[in-house]
This record gives sequence, structure tokens and C-alpha cells, in this order.
Amino acid sequence: MAKITAGIACSHVPAIGVAMDQHITDQPYWQPVFEGFEYSREWNKKNKPDVVFLVYNDHCTAFDASVIPTFALGCAAEFTPADEGWGPRPVPVVKNHQEFASHIAQSLVLDEFDITIMNEMDVDHGLTVPLSVMFGDKTPEDDWGTLVIPLAVNVVQYPAPTANRCYALGQAIRRAVDSWDEDINVHIYGTGGMSHQLQAERAGLINATWDQQFMDILVNEPEKARKISHVEFLRETGSEGIEMVMWLVMRGALDEKVTEVHRHYHVPASNTAVGHLILENHA
Amino acid sequence: MTRKEKEYDDIPGTFVFDADRSRQGYWLNQFCISLSKEEGRQAFRDDPEAHMAKYKMTEEQKQAIRDRDWNRLLELGGNIYYTSKLGAFDGIVFQDLAAMMSGMSREDYRKMMVDGGRSPEGNRYKSEWEKK
Repeated sequence: MAKITAGIACSHVPAIGVAMDQHITDQPYWQPVFEGFEYSREWNKKNKPDVVFLVYNDHCTAFDASVIPTFALGCAAEFTPADEGWGPRPVPVVKNHQEFASHIAQSLVLDEFDITIMNEMDVDHGLTVPLSVMFGDKTPEDDWGTLVIPLAVNVVQYPAPTANRCYALGQAIRRAVDSWDEDINVHIYGTGGMSHQLQAERAGLINATWDQQFMDILVNEPEKARKISHVEFLRETGSEGIEMVMWLVMRGALDEKVTEVHRHYHVPASNTAVGHLILENHA
Repeated sequence: MTRKEKEYDDIPGTFVFDADRSRQGYWLNQFCISLSKEEGRQAFRDDPEAHMAKYKMTEEQKQAIRDRDWNRLLELGGNIYYTSKLGAFDGIVFQDLAAMMSGMSREDYRKMMVDGGRSPEGNRYKSEWEKK
């Protein structure tokens, strides 16, 4: 039986990918960001997933303003890293476990989550940066070392799905995975965040106190975390902090009790607070 | 029909990109996203007015593009993930665009971020800004 053995939360700041691609991770600005990922890469080698279910948001790359799906599940055989305006990132093509993805799509819809199915989709930094964080430096000729099922969540046009809905979707993903009869190790990623505002006069907002409290309740009191309102996310964590609803999808797919084996928090990476958790699931 | 007040209106220095803004800014955003492809960038370089004319933007939106008035673009329905493509066209990195929108020099903005970012204290409600 397929098993979700871990949940990983990780910011997907594009500049983290740029720092890796330009090999400047040792610079004083970046060193404290990447120091916190060293443990993660070692942990990831020891707990290697067969499949990563990766919850992220597209930044007007696969979806421009003409189509805005709230939840879009990647069911294509593979996903090409997109050109976001300065050339594609030099990283491997992302390969899917297509049969498993199709099973999850079917299971979710029958479970009353009416997702969009993507049979063609390019993926942007929202997806590739967390993979780079966990799997380290890769060239386009390499393999990521895992299969990936992407789930794109709309957080660009308000309203994003609620924290509560995201948590419930995570629970439905868990049911879908548990009903797949293949002995594989699955990790689920919730990406984006933490506090950041990229626009208008309040740009640069960071709320470290809130971010740390959010990580505490997400880990230990998820029933509280799922009640956080959109207005609280916007006011306390900046207009783009609302990406953190995607962490709730990850958390919903895990047991009520989990073990936090790693936490990393650093301000800033560009305009954003970097947050990262590794949670082991004992199912 | 007048626009109902929304609970997220009372956040200072912030444009929440909701369905109303999305509707208002649709062509503006589609214009901006055309600049993420070389074909669109070349067309805009060759003849800015002709490229803008392909999108059904208002004169105000076109003027905000000509002026590179970054906050005005947001006010007129632009979304930052789109308008940043216009910034990238001009060779402006994201952090410098953020500095411009917040009315700070790039050095001051960068220092603010390295020192922990803009505090939420005094930045949660519009009334807190009106007192300043």
C-alpha cells in the first residue's frame, strides 16, 4: 500500500532557485538560508520518496488571467520547467507517476473535490525551487530522483481556497493515497510563504512572530490552523502570505499527531520570510 | 450599483487582487504577460503603442504603462505577478520594484529587509497610517 511518510513545508522564493543556479549559495546573504537546508538534504537521502505530491502555486506561467483553476492536478507524463521571462531554470524535466496521479484525480472527484485535470502543463519556480531545496543541485541531464505529482492552487486571485478547504483536501488526498495498492513511499509538500508582501506601499512586510506561531499550531494544533481567516493572512502576513493555505493541504494529509524533525526560519530571501518544516508521519 | 465595502479594504498600502480588480485589469494583465515571451517583448520594443493597442486597455491603463507608475497599475486592476513582467522588461529586479512601490530607495529597502523586513506594527489598519 502507498504510504505518506512525511510532510514537508517549504517556501518557494524564486531567488532561492537563482542563488542555486548561479552557485552563490555560499555568499554571506545566502549562507544562512542554505545552512538550514543541509539537514533536509541528508534527511531526504535517508528517507527517499518514490513519489512527491507537490502542492504549489503557478505564478501566471501555465495559467494567465484567462483561466484560473482553484485546484489543478498534474496528470501529464512529464512537466517542463517553464520560461518565466529570463529563460527556463537549468533543472531536470519533472516526471509524473501517471497511473497514480490518475487514480488520485478519480478518487478526489468521487470524494467531492472537483479538481481540474491538467494533461499538459509547464511548471514554474513554485514547483522546482522546493525540489531543488530537498534534492540539491541538478542539471537538465539529471533525474530529480523522485516522481512528482503536482497540484497547483490558485493563490493569485482572491479568494484562494480557505485554509479549512485546503486541510479537507489534504484529508481527501490521504484517502486517495491510502487506497493505492502499490508499496511506495510518498512525501507531500506544502510550499510558498511565509510572510511576504510583494506589492504596493506596504511591500516588504514580514511578521516573524506570526510565522513562528503558525508553524507551532500547524504542527501541534492543526484544528486551530484550519480556522485562520483570509483577512488574518492578508493583514498579518502580507498580501502574498496567503500562500500559506497550501501548507494546510500538506498538514491535512498527515496524522493528527506528527513528529517535527526539522524547522528552519530565516529573514530575508529577497522580499520573503523563508520557512521550512519536516514532519514525519507514523501511519 | 455601488461597490460594497469589503472586510479586506481596511489594510493600508495594499491592493487585494479580487474578482473586481481582475475584471478591471484583465487586458492590462494580459498585455503584461505578453512580455514574458520574447515575441511580445520584441513587439513592445519595436512599437510600444501598437503593441499596447492589441489589448483592450483603457487610456488610463495605457498612461500608467507609459509612466511606469507601478502603484497606479495595481490600482487600475494590475496584479503584481503580471506588472512585474513590465518591470523585468525594463530590467528592474523584483526587489527594486518593491522598493519603488513602497517609495523607498533601493538601498533603504534592501537594508529594511536584511534587518527583518517591514514590521506589522503600525501597518495593519488604514487608521494607523492616517495618524502618521
